Amino acid sequence: MFQVRIHGRGGQGVVAAAEILSMAAFAEGRHAQAFPSFGSERMGAPVVSFCRIDDRPIRTHEPVMEPDALVIQDVTLIHQVELFAGLSADAYVLINTSRSFDELGLGEFARRFHRDRLLTCPATELALEHLGRPLPNAVLLGGFAALTGQITLDAIGTAVRERFPGAVGDRNMAAAAAAFRFVTLEEEEMVHASTD
Amino acid sequence: MTTQPIHFYQVGSFAVGNRLLDDDGRTVQSDPNRTNSLDSGHRACQGCGEALGARYAIDAAMRASQGRLVAVNATGCLEVFSTPYPETSWRIPWLHSLFGNAPAVATGVAAALKVKGKSDVRVVAQAGDGGTVDIGFGCLSGMFERNDDVLFICYDNEAYMNTGVQRSGATPPAARTATTEAIGSEAGNAFGQGKDLPRIAMAHDIPYVATATVADLHDLEDKVERAMQVHGARYLHILVPCPLGWGSASSDTIRVARLAKETGLFPVFEAVDGKVTGVSPIRHRTPVEEYLSIQGRYAHLFGEHPRTDIIARIQAMADRNITTYGLLAEEPADIDPKGVDV
Amino acid sequence: MLRQIEGSRAVAETVALCRPEVVCAYPISPQTHIIEAIGVMVASGALAPCEFINVESEFAAMSVSIGASAAGARAYTATASQGLLFMIEAVYNAAGLGLPIVMTLANRAIGAPINIWNDHSDAMAVRDAGWIQLFAETNQEAADLHVLAFRLAEELSLPVMVCMDGFILTHAVERVDLPDQAQVDAYLPPYEPRQVLEPDDPVSIGAMVGPEAFEEVRYLAHLRQLDALERIPALATAFEEAFGRPSGGLVSPYRTEDADIVIVALGSVLGTIKDAVDARRDAGDRVGVLGITAFRPFPNDAVREALSGARSVVVVEKAFSIGFGGVLSTDVAMASHDTGCTLRTIVCGLGGRPITSRSLEQAFAAAALDELDSLTFLDLDHEIVERERTRMTTTRRSGPSAENILRDLGTVASRID
Repeated sequence: MFQVRIHGRGGQGVVAAAEILSMAAFAEGRHAQAFPSFGSERMGAPVVSFCRIDDRPIRTHEPVMEPDALVIQDVTLIHQVELFAGLSADAYVLINTSRSFDELGLGEFARRFHRDRLLTCPATELALEHLGRPLPNAVLLGGFAALTGQITLDAIGTAVRERFPGAVGDRNMAAAAAAFRFVTLEEEEMVHASTD
Repeated sequence: MTTQPIHFYQVGSFAVGNRLLDDDGRTVQSDPNRTNSLDSGHRACQGCGEALGARYAIDAAMRASQGRLVAVNATGCLEVFSTPYPETSWRIPWLHSLFGNAPAVATGVAAALKVKGKSDVRVVAQAGDGGTVDIGFGCLSGMFERNDDVLFICYDNEAYMNTGVQRSGATPPAARTATTEAIGSEAGNAFGQGKDLPRIAMAHDIPYVATATVADLHDLEDKVERAMQVHGARYLHILVPCPLGWGSASSDTIRVARLAKETGLFPVFEAVDGKVTGVSPIRHRTPVEEYLSIQGRYAHLFGEHPRTDIIARIQAMADRNITTYGLLAEEPADIDPKGVDV
Repeated sequence: MLRQIEGSRAVAETVALCRPEVVCAYPISPQTHIIEAIGVMVASGALAPCEFINVESEFAAMSVSIGASAAGARAYTATASQGLLFMIEAVYNAAGLGLPIVMTLANRAIGAPINIWNDHSDAMAVRDAGWIQLFAETNQEAADLHVLAFRLAEELSLPVMVCMDGFILTHAVERVDLPDQAQVDAYLPPYEPRQVLEPDDPVSIGAMVGPEAFEEVRYLAHLRQLDALERIPALATAFEEAFGRPSGGLVSPYRTEDADIVIVALGSVLGTIKDAVDARRDAGDRVGVLGITAFRPFPNDAVREALSGARSVVVVEKAFSIGFGGVLSTDVAMASHDTGCTLRTIVCGLGGRPITSRSLEQAFAAAALDELDSLTFLDLDHEIVERERTRMTTTRRSGPSAENILRDLGTVASRID
């Protein structure tokens, strides 16, 4: 079972992101379970959502305590919320920012993880470019696909278009594809750097 | 051939004798083939105004709907005295659910009839004043604002009679009830309280609101008829004296109801789309003492030291109604208000 | 059709396939998504004929349903928590009148302190109201139980409440196989009321009944619930034949055949319990699970039979009777009083407290060693409780406890669960 936790703020589509991820897994014939952190959410308040992906039916209904991957939609949360609770050294982390981990003051923290599993991605910029709105959720899923290999970009596309029919879906998908390319390039650069 | 002059106002009641009218003008109650929706044999007290009002109103509604009527009833005297298990006095489909939900239950009945395509069947809901102005008020207001196709009838006897005469939001000032006892200098129910539900109903902009008393059968039936001619939420507020709770003689029910109107304490009017369109004028303006003094619930005003101050305050309320509704405006000049032969 | 779909949406679409004719809506978390989705289907004409009524309270929602059902329409509404309590008088009334209303209860805690999260206090508060109460373990079952519920309700002329865990199921997006219209139509015949308000055949419904007949009327209601014990398994069998998957029934046993210890529970926590039980099986404990699908009527015989071989029974409950202990436990104890097993209660998940498989596993391991207390509050922070107890004994005006405890805990916004 692969477990994902997504952090963001009310209005950024945190719940929808987990839902889309689960729909993408479903499109690939896998079992998936997405659910929000069940609060009385208000615009701007911290929000958490979860997604489990497995090849077998998922029976448990407990919250994700030890995620295999973390997606952080809003970088302003990093010093306010226990974002990294329960994270193992093997976990993947994707943060929506144009800054690096060192610039975020997370350089020391990042060294506890596999370097190639921790990435930042300017999803808000990509969203503004492709959607004209700062909605990073579907964009980051493209980056998530590239980072974790848990899901294909095609499946993300199927789910995004089902969730947002028409032009909105197409534009979200274009942004997700851009994030996928961005992350793939970053990974390649990292591999390149480590072999140098 | 000699002609005999017709004397309309023979009995001092201003009631027009049915036998003197054309068939069209006669009341539903004068029709031997009327439904008799609330049949005899029920357990109401002698002289019960509510039993009378309910039969008048529902029979009229039955005529207006060609017998295609469903009634919903709140808990209260009417419900208890009409359906002591395993008997029922109702000759129409009738449902009692709870004290506070008759308007909502009626909404449900109306919705079911609509979805079933039974557009010919009409819905009335009925409750006492407690079930209307107090515990049922939330549901009633909801039914009004949605403009659900229900005629809601309040039989107002100005207190919780079923439970032994306790104050409701419709109990008038100074009236003695079991929870507003005639004790102390401000004996009876307080002044400056209570709900004027007809006006609250009008504020919902529903298509039809009217008041009536059991003393004027023609007027009551006409209002039911008019209410049934329109769809949407309609409200009819009928004053029904309660001999038990008011301490009036069983034989005086009609007289007390008439005095409530003739003093101006109970304005009889109708309103269409939130605007008053007609009032029943006072025929014979009467001081409130005449109304109050024949009711035991006001006996504390007429003791050894009559409370003229309180009576004056009640008179002021009547006077204000008379001004507000123009209750003296249309007094017909050619009718002797004393009711004697012309 | 297989869909990856939110639980509320799955229930809404399934309810729509049942062709409800009057649907009342009053918003209360966590059931709102269900009612919103049905509202859209009515507005778009996808669900017709149907009257969708936005009412002013839950009391009105149930009251409108009563009127609609009595006038011959198939009536549906949904509620939760405070909403259920606000309509409770009408809930009893619907059962007393024998009206086959179907209602979804998105289980949620009851305040004060106000809490929007899941537990079973609401369902337990109306367990004696005369409604049939069915609990869904998964969103698949939640959807399926509604089809079964309408048929059961109308066959017996009794209202049915389908209980599904608020948020945990209602807001979870999972795989659900939704039936199609033809399948539902074949399973669920049109509503033929036992009593109806009809001018051509006037009846009085809701008469006052005195001491001379009240007990008989109540006993009759009991017998009709017992009839449901026969009908629920039959309808579950018919459901499996019609839809090709099992759903519903009175109880659902899992690995109980040779079990020393049987865990009994209601609703979605059964999934987490099964994971924990598998882990304990791997560790060598002979543990099984008994899910109760029909809580009212309570399947005494089925429960007794399922527990007959168990040495120890652990009831896992998301509610409790303050001043006493488990609610479901009482029923299970009555059903198994002559089987010789030891009964323990674990109260957990109150107000949305996460129930983790890790904590459950520890508790089950303790039960296997006979080291589990007869009443355990899972993951209870005793220190926090003691701090408030001390405050209350040392200070007369110690203030509101809930707020004091929150202050002790620090900011809650930063907590992940």
